[in-house]
Amino acid sequence: MVGFHSSAELTSWLTRGQVLFLVIHILGVACFAYIVAKRLVPLVRGQRDLRFDQPLARLGKVLKFWLGQWKHPRYPVAGTLHILIFAGFILLAMRAFTVLIVGVSQNFVMPGLSGRAGPIYNTITDYAATIVFLCMVIAVIRRLVFKPARYAVPARFGKAHTADAIFLLSLIAVLMVADSLFAAAKAAAESQQGRPLEVLAVFSLPWILQSALASTSIPILGRLYFSGYLLHEITFYFLLCYRPFGIQFHVETSLFNVYFAKLNKGTLKPVRWGVSDAHLDQVKSFGVKTFEDFTWKHMLDFYSCADCGRCSNNCPANAAGRPLSPRFITTKARDYAFEHYPMFGHAGNGKPLVGSKESGGIYSEDEIWSCTTCGACEEECPLLVEYIDKIVDLRRGMIDDGNVPQSLQKPLKALESRGNPYGKMEKKRGDWANAKGFQQICRVKTLDKQNGADTLYFADSITSYDDRMQSIGRATAKILDHVGEKFGILGAAERDSGHEVRRFGEETLFMALRDHNVEAIKAAGVKRIVTADPHAYNALKHDYKDVPPVEHVSQLIAREVKSGKIKFNPVENEKNVYTYHDPCYLGRHNQIYDDPRDVLDAIPGLKRVEMTRSRDRSFCCGGGGLMLFYEPKEDERIGVKRVRMAAEAGANVIVTACPFCMVNIEDAIKVAGLEGKMTAIDLAELVDQQIVREPQEVA
Amino acid sequence: MEILVCVRRVPDTSENEIALNSAGNDIERDELVYSINEADNYAVEEALQIVARVGGNVTVATVGGEDDEEILRREMAMGANHGVLITDDAFNGSDGKGIATILKAFVQKGNYDLILTGVQAEDGGAQVGGMLAALLDYPFASLVNSIEAVDGKKLKVSREIEGGNKEISEIDLPCVLSIQTGINEPRYVGMKGIRQVASIPVPTFGVPELAIDASTVGAAAAKVTRVDYFVPALGKGAEMLEGTRDENIEKLLELVAAKGGLK
Amino acid sequence: MPRIFVYIAHRNGVADDSAAELLAAAKKIDAAASPTAIITGSGADLDGVCSTLRASYREVWKVANEALAYPNAELIRKALVNIVPAGSIVLVAHEHFGIDLAPGLSIKTNSAFVSDVLDIAGIEGTDLKVVRQEFGGQVSAHVRCDISSGAVITIRPGAFKPLQSTPFSGTVVDKSADIGVLTAGRRYLETVVAEAGDVDISKHNILVSIGRGIQEKENVAIAQELADALGAAVSCSRPVVDAKWMEKSRQVGSSGKTVKPKVYLACGISGACQHLAGIKGNPFLIAINKNPKAPIFQVAHVGIVDDLLEFLPELTNRVHEMRAVAAK
Repeated sequence: MVGFHSSAELTSWLTRGQVLFLVIHILGVACFAYIVAKRLVPLVRGQRDLRFDQPLARLGKVLKFWLGQWKHPRYPVAGTLHILIFAGFILLAMRAFTVLIVGVSQNFVMPGLSGRAGPIYNTITDYAATIVFLCMVIAVIRRLVFKPARYAVPARFGKAHTADAIFLLSLIAVLMVADSLFAAAKAAAESQQGRPLEVLAVFSLPWILQSALASTSIPILGRLYFSGYLLHEITFYFLLCYRPFGIQFHVETSLFNVYFAKLNKGTLKPVRWGVSDAHLDQVKSFGVKTFEDFTWKHMLDFYSCADCGRCSNNCPANAAGRPLSPRFITTKARDYAFEHYPMFGHAGNGKPLVGSKESGGIYSEDEIWSCTTCGACEEECPLLVEYIDKIVDLRRGMIDDGNVPQSLQKPLKALESRGNPYGKMEKKRGDWANAKGFQQICRVKTLDKQNGADTLYFADSITSYDDRMQSIGRATAKILDHVGEKFGILGAAERDSGHEVRRFGEETLFMALRDHNVEAIKAAGVKRIVTADPHAYNALKHDYKDVPPVEHVSQLIAREVKSGKIKFNPVENEKNVYTYHDPCYLGRHNQIYDDPRDVLDAIPGLKRVEMTRSRDRSFCCGGGGLMLFYEPKEDERIGVKRVRMAAEAGANVIVTACPFCMVNIEDAIKVAGLEGKMTAIDLAELVDQQIVREPQEVA
Repeated sequence: MEILVCVRRVPDTSENEIALNSAGNDIERDELVYSINEADNYAVEEALQIVARVGGNVTVATVGGEDDEEILRREMAMGANHGVLITDDAFNGSDGKGIATILKAFVQKGNYDLILTGVQAEDGGAQVGGMLAALLDYPFASLVNSIEAVDGKKLKVSREIEGGNKEISEIDLPCVLSIQTGINEPRYVGMKGIRQVASIPVPTFGVPELAIDASTVGAAAAKVTRVDYFVPALGKGAEMLEGTRDENIEKLLELVAAKGGLK
Repeated sequence: MPRIFVYIAHRNGVADDSAAELLAAAKKIDAAASPTAIITGSGADLDGVCSTLRASYREVWKVANEALAYPNAELIRKALVNIVPAGSIVLVAHEHFGIDLAPGLSIKTNSAFVSDVLDIAGIEGTDLKVVRQEFGGQVSAHVRCDISSGAVITIRPGAFKPLQSTPFSGTVVDKSADIGVLTAGRRYLETVVAEAGDVDISKHNILVSIGRGIQEKENVAIAQELADALGAAVSCSRPVVDAKWMEKSRQVGSSGKTVKPKVYLACGISGACQHLAGIKGNPFLIAINKNPKAPIFQVAHVGIVDDLLEFLPELTNRVHEMRAVAAK
């Protein structure tokens, strides 16, 4: 561009502007590299985590969750804003790069953008910058005026994060303005001089600025041009180096966090990656006690949290007023990492994470015991931060140190000596199948060498021993019988599946229970397993190896409804309104949402409504993780909240497909004072009630 | 401080249904689950907390047989430094005084500042601690629910008396204390911990090691023996009182008094 | 038959209820016996107790000494060893003092020891046969005790019904001079009284337990009055805690406290298994519930279908009446 004073020539107070900009480049990049290197130090010290397998599947996740921003629309307003901002950043990446280089090499153009693509790209990015700028304004207004509840910081966790958030949002806005000013000043100057110019996108921010500057003098435009450039460069590098000190680090880490995210839901991290069960006795200390016991990926999670609060907003423990708020599990760990792995100086203090503030702890015991492992937090997190593995690891550490609440020591001891948390005798485990003359109605055989079958009905502890839940067992047996399934139970040979024990952190006890059950299952010689207990289902599917394929009874019923083997009588009382409560370990963890619904919809005359929180947003009943035996302090019971949700949806019958849910919901109905107004029924019980039976079948 | 805790392996009342066997002369023992007597576990935890504060060692000892070793290991997994099995055929059938005599011989082989037992075991005897103290001529306090070391020579202990009140006393060392449940919150002992102590040797002490007169212990020396077990007749399901309110009240109070109620 | 002595505790000049119960036990051991009461202490309170006991015991041995103003088991043991003749049977109430005193006493008097006796089954030769309970009361047992060189026996409070007898005028013998030198390795400092909120329900032998049937917070007082009259504590089931009518520390159940009382009054409690799981040791379970179909009646020993809001106050009144009679 002949005659135009390039920005490098405009400076009179610097020897060569180029040098300044180059120095800023070098300093900025060096600073950033140093900071990132320092941030990587704890990761290098952390435990190993095997996340380098299945690259294609991982790339798929990157496309869906990172590029595709898949989880964001779950919160429509924030989600839309973020998608726009993210798209803007991606689009603006090349432009930013170009701008930065232009300061030292004024004719630089990105490869590929020298032809016609150039102006098209510039138009797109003009709008992108504008949209990002507007999003920043809206975001600031949201923070200051509307104050969404999930951003609030409860007093016990410290001060609000609003100031920092607004600071960062403002800086991004400044970045957009600086970029736009740079382009606008140049365009205004060019148009005044009648040069062939690059047209700025109409109504975009640069365009608006250009219109404002249309009659400004060239020397001033020159200064504005230069200032815009410098502001852009400084803001860019400031943000680059500031981001790793706060929640904005997710800009850099999110891609990696999503790439390295866990591929298989429902599974738990082993005690130590790379150490098989057989060699576990060589591991002296189980679980996470100090920060360095976390794996590098967990530490990366801490860095990647964007403090959006979606996890805590959906956490049932948090809603009930328990001490747990998942968001703060992450941010407290991140703050710990920042404090103990600073930019200059010594690292790590080796103090246990769980404990009082005086002893250097960041988590309280109750906080860690409060979790029901429902997975709502993980389901919401747009960055795929993992929680359950961390909570289980922290619990493993506490158990290793003997730090277990008294009320939970009893069921654990009972599980160890009797194979069930109630302490009832092993030989009575199969008695539910004989009770109340049931054998006349439906023969349930106990599998052994003489009596074999193709299918095992794995009842698990709560269905076997709890008086109320035994009827779920009997209903399930009758259904299996009706569809002609050749099945049996393990009876006294069965032990607790160990699912809750494992998620409680007692890995050794879990392995003992699992090994016993695997032996018993193998001895029974069955080809497949059916269970009505989603916890047992999840255990057999994900925690156990070398067992036949397992199915939940709702899947079987749905299939047999389609095949015609199960037909239903119409409901007796057409006025009843039913709603289905998704159990966490059937729904969220194993994505079985439709089968139970299809079954219900196949019952003639059954009116069904959906609660607002259903499917993968189902609200946990509160029953997971041995919670039947432990109650942390809470304002209102989790189950009570769920029952109220059912009432709000207009239902008077809650259908569920999990005995833990049944215990909590029935209890909650009483506590909520809805006895007589609301009832609960298990899917198997309802199906058994409604099945059309041949006259010779006993109902 | 060198602390000895005398422990006992008992059928776990919370995980067993205690019923008579078919012959009617004993309880059904086939499917019992055993564990350390609850009060003894609290005593071990208390000992561990004391040495954590003032230094020292905790030894757990039991009078029994091979089967009883498992509780010694469990307490070692919990943190006790030593486990000792005191066993000899000559000890079988000992009554409370016999057990106390055996323990006295063991205590005199060592140098213990403090001896702890649980208040009582499943038979509700509540005797061995007090007997052991008297045999050793050590001061004794029962139903202890709090221990404070004053200096190397004495302790300040609290005893649980009626109504939740606490009787505070000073007691000279060496002494014997019987510990009440609830004094602390025993730490959890997981399967992993137990596996890790599975191969630590547990020394045994018998008649020769204790230099004890066998005629003072065992069944022959026992003055108190249990003859049988029985279940007093009480109908299945509730006996419904069908009288007038006043009649029901009378009958109710009669039954309550008979069961150890009214004070 | 050995001579029978009965050690009686007292407070504020009033003899413990066990005075009459131990007498009844002594009589059951030996109907012809004339048991001697022994009391220790000092001052006017001691004399007051002596005069009450004279009405039911033919002989009352008084041991007065400043050092015994607060009952110190070690000192009292020393005293008893010096004054009780060898080969005697000594009965003590099985409560916190008896537990402290009796085992050591049996060693120092070289006599047999048997504790927490519920009933006397008779004499067989030189053996006394008694009834005890084991496993927290789940089974009973007959136990034989060789009394040829005497015995120290602790008796379960409330197990023996006081005998009706005409009062007489017994003699008081002062044995204070014969007790020897009193020194002990344990010295009493003070008693710390429990705060009102400090009730530990797991330590009580009788529990008046309330459930949702209590209906509202104001009615909890009805249960408290009965508990006070019975020397019991009030416990509750989960819904009562959830409704914030009682503290969590009062809750009996799998997520509350485990209790091992001897008597459990379940008032307005339906009998959910989580609640029952907190009750160990097979106590005598009385259920009072308006609903005759309440599951608690399956597991209770005795059931009363009645409105607890009316039943409990009347029960409380009757207990007060009975105590008034007994105190006379």
